[in-house]
Amino acid sequence: MEQNLQGGGKNPLKKLGNKWSTFMEDTRTRWHGFLRLSPREKGKRALGWLGDNALYLLILVFVLGVFFYNSSFLSFGSIVNILMQSASRLLMALGVAGIIVLTGTDLSAGRCLGLCACICASLLQANGVANKMFSRLTFSPALILLALLVSLLVGGAVGACNGFMVSRFKLHPFIVTLGTQLILYGAVMWYVSLGQNNSAPIAGLAPAYTRLVTGGFRILGVQIPNYLWIVLGVTVLMWVVWNKTVLGKNMFAVGTNPEAAAVCGVNVSRTIVTVFFLAGLLYGASAFVECARVASNSTATGVNYELDAIAACVIGGVSFMGGIGKISGVVLGVFLLQLVNAGLVFLNFEPAVMTVVKGAIILIACAIDMRKYIAKR
Amino acid sequence: MEYLLEMRGIEKSFPGVKALKGVDLRLRPGTVHALMGENGAGKSTLMKCLFGIYQKDRGQIFVGGKEVHFAGPRDALEGGVAMVHQELNQATKRTVMDNIWLGRYPKRGGFVDEAKMRRDTLVLFREVGITLDPDAVIGTLSVADRQMVEIARAISYRASILVLDEPTSSLTEPEVEHLFRILDSLKKKGCGIIYISHKMAEILAISDDVTVMRDGAFISCDRAEDLTAGEIIHRMVGRELVDLYPEMEGEVGEELLRVSHLSARHARVKDVSFSLHRGEILGFAGLVGAGRTEVLETLFGLRAREEGHLYLDGKELTVRTPRDAIRGGIALLTEERRANGIFGGLSIVENACICSYPRYRGALGLLSGAKMTRDTARLAKELQVKTPSLSTPIRLLSGGNQQKVILGRWMLTSPEVLLLDEPTRGVDVGAKYEIYRLIGELKKQGKGVVVVSSELPELMGICDRIIVMSGGRISGEVSGKESTQEEIMTLAAKFA
Repeated sequence: MEQNLQGGGKNPLKKLGNKWSTFMEDTRTRWHGFLRLSPREKGKRALGWLGDNALYLLILVFVLGVFFYNSSFLSFGSIVNILMQSASRLLMALGVAGIIVLTGTDLSAGRCLGLCACICASLLQANGVANKMFSRLTFSPALILLALLVSLLVGGAVGACNGFMVSRFKLHPFIVTLGTQLILYGAVMWYVSLGQNNSAPIAGLAPAYTRLVTGGFRILGVQIPNYLWIVLGVTVLMWVVWNKTVLGKNMFAVGTNPEAAAVCGVNVSRTIVTVFFLAGLLYGASAFVECARVASNSTATGVNYELDAIAACVIGGVSFMGGIGKISGVVLGVFLLQLVNAGLVFLNFEPAVMTVVKGAIILIACAIDMRKYIAKR
Repeated sequence: MEYLLEMRGIEKSFPGVKALKGVDLRLRPGTVHALMGENGAGKSTLMKCLFGIYQKDRGQIFVGGKEVHFAGPRDALEGGVAMVHQELNQATKRTVMDNIWLGRYPKRGGFVDEAKMRRDTLVLFREVGITLDPDAVIGTLSVADRQMVEIARAISYRASILVLDEPTSSLTEPEVEHLFRILDSLKKKGCGIIYISHKMAEILAISDDVTVMRDGAFISCDRAEDLTAGEIIHRMVGRELVDLYPEMEGEVGEELLRVSHLSARHARVKDVSFSLHRGEILGFAGLVGAGRTEVLETLFGLRAREEGHLYLDGKELTVRTPRDAIRGGIALLTEERRANGIFGGLSIVENACICSYPRYRGALGLLSGAKMTRDTARLAKELQVKTPSLSTPIRLLSGGNQQKVILGRWMLTSPEVLLLDEPTRGVDVGAKYEIYRLIGELKKQGKGVVVVSSELPELMGICDRIIVMSGGRISGEVSGKESTQEEIMTLAAKFA
């Protein structure tokens, strides 16, 4: 017990090595302990393990199934493609994850992204496009930066408003974001009717912008888009925020026990508002990427994205109980969800089936999550 | 039939721990049987096995000579076993009678017969001698009243075996006496009562038999008249406890904190003035609801203040939020550890460092995990926290160890004034001594310590002075060593 209380040496490599060897030792003792059990107890434990990991096993079986049906599913190109799709969805999931850690949820994320994407698109239409929304606006590279800033600003403002309503009036985020979702929908409808757009999809984006986001280099004939680097950078940043800053620590504390956090001098309201604000910023960043990917932005852009984001978080072990979750889990969750999505596409399933499957995944993931917290008897 | 209930060789394991290692319990009809042991000794687990909440791994249970297998509480209730749990599990937004008849509402023509419910409730209340409105929403009642409702509910099952798990922890003296009268009448009817409590005086006053458990094992079962408090404690902890309270060293110095005319806006705190000196342990005594917790919470900025000033070292300190208090050098250990003390799912390191994060910021404002772990490791050693590792979620520790971690959390903030609200509640005898020793250490360092406690012997054992509150006001002050329980109780009832 004594050496367990020590934090490990200064050398990070050595620390990692120590961690690894304790993990291996732990695994070994657990395995030996398992072997000593009676057959009946063995069965019970095995079933318990299966239950805890049912979702991952189901996904594994499904992926292998798709692979045997069509082996190109797991080809290099296909996997990179799935990874890139995941990357485009990751930013939003990272934002929603923070809110789920606070025991909340965000139903307005998709619409928020939609509004930001439409704003980006309207600012970044190429010159000379027919029915250009703001006909007197001439495209220049500086506008790309402006569009990004406006997108972040709008996203951040929406998030901060959500957070304010939650912390000031003690409303559940479910209700608050249900309300903002509608408000944002109205706002997008109004926005796309501006100028000469007449509520049409905003298309004809400047190539300089789309190239900046979706362009990139090729490996083995597969395109690696530039936005991957943005997403990777932001993910690392979010890892730092979650694990190495007072805000991150306070976020987990508030998610676990807000009353105790208040006693400890944590500014609970500010923490909530900041987490929502950060989520909003991430939606804004996500919109900047999505706008270029979609190319033709309308009131339908971003609709129901939040459901994917929430599902990914739950699959990745961010618990609705609050105070539990890891960035690595969110990344894994987003990837697994995209993997399933892509698999269903490969099997030529209809959208109706795909939607049902997604719903079922959320339910299974939540049920498995709760299983861990229900007292074992 | 010699025994109403016989439990033989009960074993129960949880992942990683053997909670019960072959425990026996024999309950004679018409007796109160005390079940004693430190926290974590397995008393509650044993009772949950009896009540069907847990399934025993091995062993036999006989009720009235017949072996039983209860699959759940419903089975147990039908089999003649009722239980009052340690925690209040009530539907707080529903009425008193809804709670009492929950799960067995009387029906007429398919609909719930509210009139009969009300009648039956009143009959039941008359029988056990409590006067509460059956239609009152239970969440609006005091904890003591809710506890009495819970006891009445258990009695309403007309069970021959009644289990009471720490029923008096939130009851006042007269209510405890009332409860004992009820238990006496049940005894006369031939019921058997299993009684779990940490209050030694109670145990010796009402029990006929005493079973002692330690570390999940059966230690002894004797007639109560053959035992003394010292002997029971000795068996519970498995070693000689020479003193319940350590010797408190250090002199009382100059004034550290002065509180003048403090009143709370939404709570019963009226015109409270007192001063605390360096190296002083100041006790707050009073009945439940006297406003002691509220005084601490108002001082700490958790409750809105109506009036009053705070002077620390002669300078006025403005406290609007807990942050102001912490910055000013005040710490508050709250009464309800689970509700607003611990962060259950978070590690011991995170629980210990939560109040001092700014101190661990390094370059770029990032937190240094190594520094936090090092300080926590030092604390854990100093306070003798028993834990598998520092990354263990705190909810997996015993109550005493959790309390030590939270005390450590406040010590990391280097406070001058420590407000401790029931610091030893739900903590076993061994850990209690550790906590007293720690308070003594703080006194020696010249800090000011305020201790709120409902256990008078504890206050008299460790405090220099004791302030008695009643009905939200200070009703008197006594010296810690030379007062008597009677003197304090008289003051406590002054404005009640």
